[in-house]
Formats: sequence, C-alpha cells, structure tokens
Amino acid sequence: MTNTTVISAKNLSLTFETNDGPVHALKDVDLDIHKGDFVSFIGPSGCGKTTFLRCMADLEHPTAGSITVNGVSAEEARKARAYGYVFQHAGLYPWRTIGGNISLPLEIMGYSKQDQQDRIARVLELVELEGFEKKFPWQLSGGMQQRASIARALAFDADILLMDEPFGALDEIVRDHLNEQLLKLWARTNKTIGFVTHSIPEAVYLSTKIVVMSPRPGRITDVIESTLPKERPLDIRDTPEFLEIAHRVRDGLRAGHAYD
Amino acid sequence: MRSLLPIFTVVAAIFVIWYGAAVALNTPWAKDQAKRNNVELSFTELVADTWSQKKPKLPAPHQVVAEIWKTTGEMVAKGRAFSKRSLIYHSWITLSATMLGFVMGTGFGILLAIGIVYNRVMDMSVMPWVIASQTIPILAVAPMIIVVLNAVGISGLLPKAMISMYLSFFPVVVGMVKGLRSPDQMQLDQMRTWNATSGQEFWRLRLPSSMPFLFASLKVAMAASLVGAIVGELPTGAVAGLGARLLAGSYYGQTIQIWSALIMAAALAAALVALIGLIQRMTLKKMGMVQ
Repeated sequence: MTNTTVISAKNLSLTFETNDGPVHALKDVDLDIHKGDFVSFIGPSGCGKTTFLRCMADLEHPTAGSITVNGVSAEEARKARAYGYVFQHAGLYPWRTIGGNISLPLEIMGYSKQDQQDRIARVLELVELEGFEKKFPWQLSGGMQQRASIARALAFDADILLMDEPFGALDEIVRDHLNEQLLKLWARTNKTIGFVTHSIPEAVYLSTKIVVMSPRPGRITDVIESTLPKERPLDIRDTPEFLEIAHRVRDGLRAGHAYD
Repeated sequence: MRSLLPIFTVVAAIFVIWYGAAVALNTPWAKDQAKRNNVELSFTELVADTWSQKKPKLPAPHQVVAEIWKTTGEMVAKGRAFSKRSLIYHSWITLSATMLGFVMGTGFGILLAIGIVYNRVMDMSVMPWVIASQTIPILAVAPMIIVVLNAVGISGLLPKAMISMYLSFFPVVVGMVKGLRSPDQMQLDQMRTWNATSGQEFWRLRLPSSMPFLFASLKVAMAASLVGAIVGELPTGAVAGLGARLLAGSYYGQTIQIWSALIMAAALAAALVALIGLIQRMTLKKMGMVQ
C-alpha cells in the first residue's frame, strides 16, 4: 500500500432543504482515502454514509467544504470515469444478457467490439461467472446478479470501486461467500474500495480502514485502522484481534447515539 | 384446450341469449303480419318467422352469418371480392384509414411523449390539452375535420385517418410518458456514473424500458383507431367503408346489413389487436423480457 491520497474530503457538509426544515446529512466530514485502501463506512441509517459515498461519485453535491477524487473535483473524476459504482440492487437490464449488461458501460465509453469481448471474459472470470455470458439476468440467483453487477463496475479501467450496501439484500450465507470473493478480487486488482454497510462483522472482515459514522448531523465518530493481516480466511472472525476491532466499532456506534 | 372450454361456454351463452332476444323483439311484427293475413301462428311457426324476417328488429345469428358469407366468401368465389357490394371491399377501405391513422397516431404520440418527458415546459403545458382533446365527443369534431380538410382540397383517405389519429395518439402519449419515465432513480444514477450522454440514456435505457408500456398502449390505440375510421365515415355521407355500410343499413332499415358490418368491424378489431399481441410477444421474447 502506498500513501497516495485518492479521495480527500475536507470540512465536507451537505444539507438537504426539506419541508420540515434543513436536514444535515453530512457535517464537517474530513477523511483521506489512500490508494489500495479498503474503506468501510458503517453507521445507523441516516448517518450519511451513503450520502458521503454519493458525494464521492458526484451523485450528490456538497453544500460546503471540498472533496477531491484522484486530485480533481468529484465532477471531473466522474466525467473521467474514475470509479465504478455498485448499487444495493444489481440493476441489470432485463433485456440484456449478462455479457450485454457488462458491455453496456463499455459501449457508452466507446470501447471497440473486440476489447469489449476481452473485458467481458476477463471480469466474468474475476467474479467466477464464466459461462454465464449468454444468460439473462432472471436466469441467475440474486447473489450471482450482484456479482455480475460488480463485474460490470470492474469492466472499465477505474481504479476506484464504490459499493453502496451491495450485499445488503442477500442472505447471510451468500453474503459470506461474496465477502470472501470480494477480498480475493481486491487483492488481485489492487483497487481502492469504498464500501457502505451496516453490518459490523462485514466491515471488520473486509476493511483496512473502518469509518464509523453517526446521525443528526451525519458525521464521523471514529476511524479505525485495521490490524488484521491482508490474508483473511473466514474464520479470522473468531480471533481475539477481530473481536477487539468489532468491539471498538460497536463502541463508536454507541458513542454516536449518545448525542440524541 | 383448457382455455377453449370457457370461451365456448361464453359463446354458447351469447348465442342462446341472442336467439331468445330475436324471438322476443321480432314477435310483435310477426303477430301483426299474421293478424293482417288472418292466419293463426303456432309457436314453432312464430319462432321460425322471428328468425327469418327480412327486416327484423334483431336479426338472428344465422341470418347475419349468411349475410356476411354472401358479401365475402360468395363474392370471392365469383371473383368480385372488391366489388362495391362486397364487405371485403368496405373492410379494406376502413382498414386502410385505420392503419394510416394508427401509424400517424403512434408516431405523433411517441414524439409528444418524448417532448413531455424531456421538456419541462411541454410537461406542464401539453398534458392538460392532450387530456382535454379526448373529452370532446369525436362525433362532433369529425364532420368539422372533414369539412375543413375538404375545403383545403384534402379528401378521401387522409381526413378519416386524421380522425383515427386523433383517437389513437392519446393512449400512446399516456403509455409512453409512463414508460419513458419507468427507469428508477438508481438506473438513472448508474447512467450518470458512466457519464452517459442523454442520447445514450434514451436509446439504451429509457426506450427499451418503455416497450411493455408501448405495446399495452398500441392495443388500445389500434381499437380506438378503428372506431375513429368508422366514425369518420358516418357523418360524411361516405359511400364506402364499414361506417358507410352501417349508415346505409340504417337509412333503409337493413338491420341484417348493419349487424353484419358490426360483426365485421368487431372481427377486424380483434384481428388487429391480436396481431399487435403477436408482435409484442415476438419483440419482448427477442429482448429476453418474457420467460
């Protein structure tokens, strides 16, 4: 891991004006994400973790402070296609095959036909969906669809992967499996990953850095650098080290709630 | 096979009610005639008479079928399928206006929907007019459209097609506006993350998403278009077309002719809607949207 800063937020605030008065989704958030980091954002609903991720993706616009992605503004980074974004729902187009879905961003970005084919094959192998290229989304399980949507986010050359509760709608067993796969994929591709979750074990298991957030106003209460090794079998979750980090995350979440 | 039984049951019930109603409605005339001729009618004679009058209040089904056969199959056999007395000729006249109106209405409807979805001003201003346009009774507007177009030298097929268009663009606008807006916020955000142009968003996301809505609208539009073509023939003294047949039939009390034209129109509508259903199945299957 180098120390190049990929995403940097300074005094970032975002206030939504609603009929019930202003809602402070984010207030004075400072965070640096380095190249190759796996950063999880955890907190109760309304803590602004998804909003923060959407600010990085230029899907929301901060009302104060600044955010840079790859050293430029979030908007420029989006226009340069600096990141792949995975939503909570796979959002595959039902009228396109899995291969067709993966080539969708590639078509939009103007990759050549041959290049598209090569990339489809490569990313399907990465998410272990070889042989499913010609299948339609409805022929795949929920977990497989989500893997296909990750493959789609990996297909173009973005060094950053932003994931908004990508496994939130899946059951525990599938989730474990996908977590393991995601770690392998991260190790192989060396991407910088921003990952929103509300599961403590998931955050601790995956991350090199855990950002604990709390609501009203949305802010960061703790940033935990994980001491776990990069190589993580599933049963690392039973080690004292793992439990200690999980404990600290829980404390951070509780501290955030003490405010209201 | 299982779906045929309910259909046949309903058809059988319709025939029973129809024959019964024919007896009930045509009895006064039969009795009146019998009284004038000083004959006493037995029940079977009465029933036979009510089912075979020349100008019945309600013709029996077999009379209508016979009339339809006389004006279609028999004409074809004589090689006069497109003579002025053939129902095939009249159906063709109406069908051509229907199809032209349907194509124009669909095109106009889709264009309006795109405008409404992409332009806020159009969204606020056009939709109320679109709805208002359908609250005006078409029978009141049809003669004016034909008179006005005639005055500027347009006659024949086009005025009728315009009336068809007037009726058929509406379901297309409503359906397509809904269809083009059917992609959810997440899908639109996704397009943004790829920095897609609005053209790419339209062709790759909005248009394919709207297909099921489009086909549902097209079925309604097709039926409305046929109604429009027939209505376009009614108030104008048209000499050809199913509407003209209906009108001529009512002038001369030719109820059998009216009913045969009605049945023909219904069959035509059913066939056209079924055709769209078929295209829908093929298209959606090719798109992988039906399993």
